[in-house]
Amino acid sequence: MISRVWPFIAHRQPLRHVRSAWWIDLLLAIMLVFGIYGIIRIAERWAAPLTPTTAISLSPWALPQYALFSLSRMAFAYVLALAFSLLYARIAVANKATERVLVPLLDILQSIPILSFMPGVVLALVTLFPHRSLGTELAAIVLIFTSQAWNLAFSFYQSLITIPQDFREVARLFRLTPWERFTRLELPFGLIPLLWNSMMSWAGGWFFLMASEQFTLGQQSFLLPGLGAYLKVAADRGDLYALGLGLLALIIVIVLLDQFLWRPLLAWADRFKVEQTTGLVTPSSWVLEILQRSLLLTWAREHLVAPTVRSLDRLMNRIVPGEPSPASGDAISPPGTVWRWTFATFAGLGILLFIGWGVRAAGHLLIALPATAWATIAQDAGLSFLRVAASLLIAVIWTVPVGVAVGLSPRWAPKIQPIVQMVASIPATALFPALLLLLLHLPGGLDVAAIALMLLGTQWYVLFNVIAGAMAIPNDLKEAAAIYHLTGWHRWRILILPAIFPFLITGLITAAGGAWNATIVAEYVTFRDQVYQTSGLGALIAASANAGNYPELFAATLTMAVVVVLLNRAFWRRLYRLAATRFRLD
Amino acid sequence: MVQTVPVRRPTNEAPVLLRAQDVTKYYGQDDNRILVLDRITLDLRAGEFVALLGPSGSGKSTLLRILAGLIPPSSGRVLLHGQPLQGVNPNVAMVFQSFALYPWLTVLQNVELGLLHKHLPEAERRARALAIIDLIGLDGFEHAYPRELSGGMKQRVGFARALVGEPEILFMDEPFSALDVLVAENLRHELLDLWLARKIPTQAILMVTHNIDEAVSMADRLLIFSANPGRIRVELPGLPVAERLAKGEAHAQLVDTIYRIMTNPHEDITALLPQARVLQTAEVPTYQMLPHVSIGELTGFIERLAALGGREDLYELARELQLEVDELLPLVEAADLLDFVEVLEGDVTLTPVGSAFAEADVLEKKAIFRRQALDRIELIREIVTALRSLPRHRLAEEPFIQRLEETFSPVEARRQLDTAIDWGRYAELFAYDDHAGILYLEQNGDAEATH
Repeated sequence: MISRVWPFIAHRQPLRHVRSAWWIDLLLAIMLVFGIYGIIRIAERWAAPLTPTTAISLSPWALPQYALFSLSRMAFAYVLALAFSLLYARIAVANKATERVLVPLLDILQSIPILSFMPGVVLALVTLFPHRSLGTELAAIVLIFTSQAWNLAFSFYQSLITIPQDFREVARLFRLTPWERFTRLELPFGLIPLLWNSMMSWAGGWFFLMASEQFTLGQQSFLLPGLGAYLKVAADRGDLYALGLGLLALIIVIVLLDQFLWRPLLAWADRFKVEQTTGLVTPSSWVLEILQRSLLLTWAREHLVAPTVRSLDRLMNRIVPGEPSPASGDAISPPGTVWRWTFATFAGLGILLFIGWGVRAAGHLLIALPATAWATIAQDAGLSFLRVAASLLIAVIWTVPVGVAVGLSPRWAPKIQPIVQMVASIPATALFPALLLLLLHLPGGLDVAAIALMLLGTQWYVLFNVIAGAMAIPNDLKEAAAIYHLTGWHRWRILILPAIFPFLITGLITAAGGAWNATIVAEYVTFRDQVYQTSGLGALIAASANAGNYPELFAATLTMAVVVVLLNRAFWRRLYRLAATRFRLD
Repeated sequence: MVQTVPVRRPTNEAPVLLRAQDVTKYYGQDDNRILVLDRITLDLRAGEFVALLGPSGSGKSTLLRILAGLIPPSSGRVLLHGQPLQGVNPNVAMVFQSFALYPWLTVLQNVELGLLHKHLPEAERRARALAIIDLIGLDGFEHAYPRELSGGMKQRVGFARALVGEPEILFMDEPFSALDVLVAENLRHELLDLWLARKIPTQAILMVTHNIDEAVSMADRLLIFSANPGRIRVELPGLPVAERLAKGEAHAQLVDTIYRIMTNPHEDITALLPQARVLQTAEVPTYQMLPHVSIGELTGFIERLAALGGREDLYELARELQLEVDELLPLVEAADLLDFVEVLEGDVTLTPVGSAFAEADVLEKKAIFRRQALDRIELIREIVTALRSLPRHRLAEEPFIQRLEETFSPVEARRQLDTAIDWGRYAELFAYDDHAGILYLEQNGDAEATH
C-alpha cells in the first residue's frame, strides 16, 4: 500500500481487490504502442524542412495522420496554456502589488481579438526558423495558446481568491510548504472550474487551429498539414466527398476527446467538489469505470506514479522550502526582502523601458497613417459592429424559444444538452470552406454571408446557456406560475425571461467575443485562389496584413481591441452586474 | 460509561505556556480603523482548560488567531514560553467551527496533513495517524471522504487532525456549535475524558465559545469578553471537576449568573460572584448601536414573552426559545432600545408599551413600532428628519454610510443602515430603492407618519 497525502490518488482498494479484466489491459497496451508511434511521427514532422506549398493529400487514409497533427498542436498549446495560467494566477494572488497589475492586464488581454495578431506572429516566427516547419507550427501553437491561456488563468485566479479562510488557516497552522499548499489545497480547490474551462478552451482552440492551418499571408499560403488544411483544400477543389470526410474526422476527434478525456476527468474530479454544492447530478463516465478496473493502470499508479510523486514532493520542497519553524509571519519581513526589492525594482524598470519603447514605436506607426485611413477604420468598425450585433440578435431570436423549450422538458434537456455542447465545440472555421461553397452564390454575397459565418460560431454558446438557464428554473417557481395561471406572454415576462437572463447574458458575452474574432475570418476570405471581401474592421485587418500595410494593420487591430474593451466595460459588464443582483435566483 | 478520574489540577504555579501581552488589534486603514481588541493580557498555563466567552463582535476568534500566529497583532506581543512569537505558532493545533476538512482528501489523508511538516518516514506517519484515528473513534472510516460523514464524525476528524501532531496547546474555535445538541454533548464528554485522564499529551486547551453551559461544563477558568471593542471583562474560576460533570445545582447557578453578567453591562459582578476578578467595568458607548434583528424575530420574541406572563428569567427564556445567548442578546437589546422590555437582575420584563405591542393587531403594531422607532432610534429619526426637510423627499444613502463609518467599520456601517432601513420600511416611515440606493418618503406613508 502506498501512503501519501496526495489528493489526486486515493487508495480505497488494494491491488488484489480490483475487479480486473484482461481485455482492458490489452486495449491499453495497444493504445500505448500507437501513442509512441504518433509521437515519433509528430517529431519527424516538426523537424521537416519548410515547404510553403505543403501538398495536402485528400485521400481518406491521410486523415488519421492529419487528425494526429492537429491534435498534437492543440495538446502542446494547451499544456503550455495550462502551465502558464497556473503560474500567472498563483503570482497574481501572491501579493497586493502583483494582483493590482496582473488582474486588470488579464482582463484586457481577454478582450483583444486574437486573430488580428496572427499575421505578425506568423511572419516573426517564420523569420526566426527559416528552414524548418517549426516556425509555422509555433505560430499555430502561439495562436491557440493565446486563445486559451487568459480564460484558464482567470478561472484559476477566481478559485484561488475564493478558497475559504478556514482552509487557508489549516494550511498555515500545519505549516505546509508552498508546494504542499499548492498541490493539497489550491490546485484541488480550483480543479473543477479549471476542467470546465479547459473544455471551453479546447472548443475555442479548435477555432483558431483551423484558422491557422489554412493561413494566407500576401502571396504565401501557409498550409499546415492537419484537418484544417484538409478541409480548405477539399473546399477549394470542390471535392464534396473529401469535405464530408474531413468534417466527419474532426467530429470524431471531438467526440473521442469528450468521451475519453473530458468526461472521465470530470467524473474523477467529482471528489474535489467542496461539499456545499451537493444535490447536482454527479458526472459519470463509462470510460473511467472501465479504466478503474485496469490492472496495468493500478500497477502503474503504485509503481510509477507514486514514486514519481514522492520524489517530486521531495524535490519541490527542497526548491521552495516552507517557512523555517519559528518563521516569518505577515508582520515581519522575510530575510530575502532586500534582494527581493532589488529584483522587483529592476524588473519594474525593465517593464517600464519596454512599454516606453513599445509606445514610441506604436506612435511612429500611427503617425504615418493619414487621416483618411482613420475615417475608413471608423466606418469599418461601425459596419463590423452592426454585423456583430445582427449575428447576436439572430442568435437570441432563435435560441431563446428553442432553448427554453428544450430546457423545460425534463425528458429532452438531459439528452440534448450534451449534444449542443459538442456541436458548440465544432469550430466554425472548419465549416467556413463548406459554407462558402453555398453562400457566395446567394444574393448579398459576402455582406450577408459574413453574418451567417459569424452566427455559425456564436449561436451555440447562447443556446447552451439558455438551455442551462431554463433547466435551472426551480420547480416551485414553475408550480407557482401554474397555480396562479400564468400562461403565454405573462409566463414569459414574469417567470422565464428573468430566470434565464443571467444565463443569456453569460452566453452572449462569450458569443460577442467570438463574433468579433470571427469578423477577421468571415469578412475576408480566400476561396479558390480568389479573394472575396466586404467592408468591415475584420476585412481591413486581414487585407492590410496581406498587403503588408503595417501602420494600417496596427491601427485597425488597436481599434478593434479598444472597441471590444469599451463594449465590455460600458455594456456587458453592466448587464452582468444587473444579472448578478436583480435576477439572481437564491 | 466509565467514570473519569480527574487527574489534572491546574495551579497558579504551573508554568506559563503562552502569554498575550497588551495585544491590540485594529481592522482597516489609518483614518478608518476600528478597534477590535483592546489591550488584552492573558496567560495560558500548563494543565489549564480556559474558555473565552463573549458576545459576537468581542474579537475572541481574532484573539485566538493572533495567539496561533495566523494574524499579527497591531500592537502588543505574544510570548511562547517567554519568547516572542514569530509567524505561525509551532506549538498550537486548532479545531475549527466549520471543521475545515479538505473535501478531496480521505479521512486518513486529512489526519496525515497534520503530520506533513514533521517530515516523518511514511510508515511512521501512517502508524501515528491510524493510532489517533483509533483513539478518536474513527476506526473504519479511514478511507471515507468528508462528505460521506455526519457532522459529528467530521469534527472527530478535525480533532484527530489537530491531535495527531501531539501539540502542546490545543485551540478550539466554537468546536461544537455546528453540531446537533446530542452529538455535541457526546463529543464534549469524550474530549473531556481524553483530556482529564491524560490520554493525550496536550498541555493546555483554549476554547472560544458563546455557549455558557458548554464553557461551565468544561473549563478550569472562564474569561468573559465585552464587545466593541473586545476586552476581557471578568475572569472567573471554573467549577471543581466533579461538579462540572455532575451538572447539579452549582452548575446551574453559575450558568445563570454568567447569563446575568453577559446580558447586563451594569450588573454588580463582585456582589454576584465574590471569586470573580473584574478587569473592566463596562462603558456605556456614546453612540447608539442597532442590534441586527428582523421585525419578525422581534415581534415573535415580544409575543412569546407576553405569553409567558410578561416576565421571565433570561436563562430560562433562552432555553424556552431554544436560543444561544448570542442569538438571544440582540433580541433583548432591540426590545430594550425600543422600550418594549426592561432587564433587571437577570429577568426580562415587558413594559406597558411592550404589552400593548404584543396584543395589537398588524396595523396597530406598526403604529406602536413607528412611534417607538421615531422616539428612540437615533438613526431612523435622523433619516426621517433629513428626508422631510428636502423638497423632493429623496436622498442617496451614501451620506448616512459615511457618517456611520466614523463610528463603525465599513461592514458594520452597512449593516447598521440596513437594519435601520428594514425597521423604517416596516414602520412605513420611509421607502428605499435597493438598486439605486436611494431613501425616499412615500406620499401616503409620509401623510400617515406626520399625523
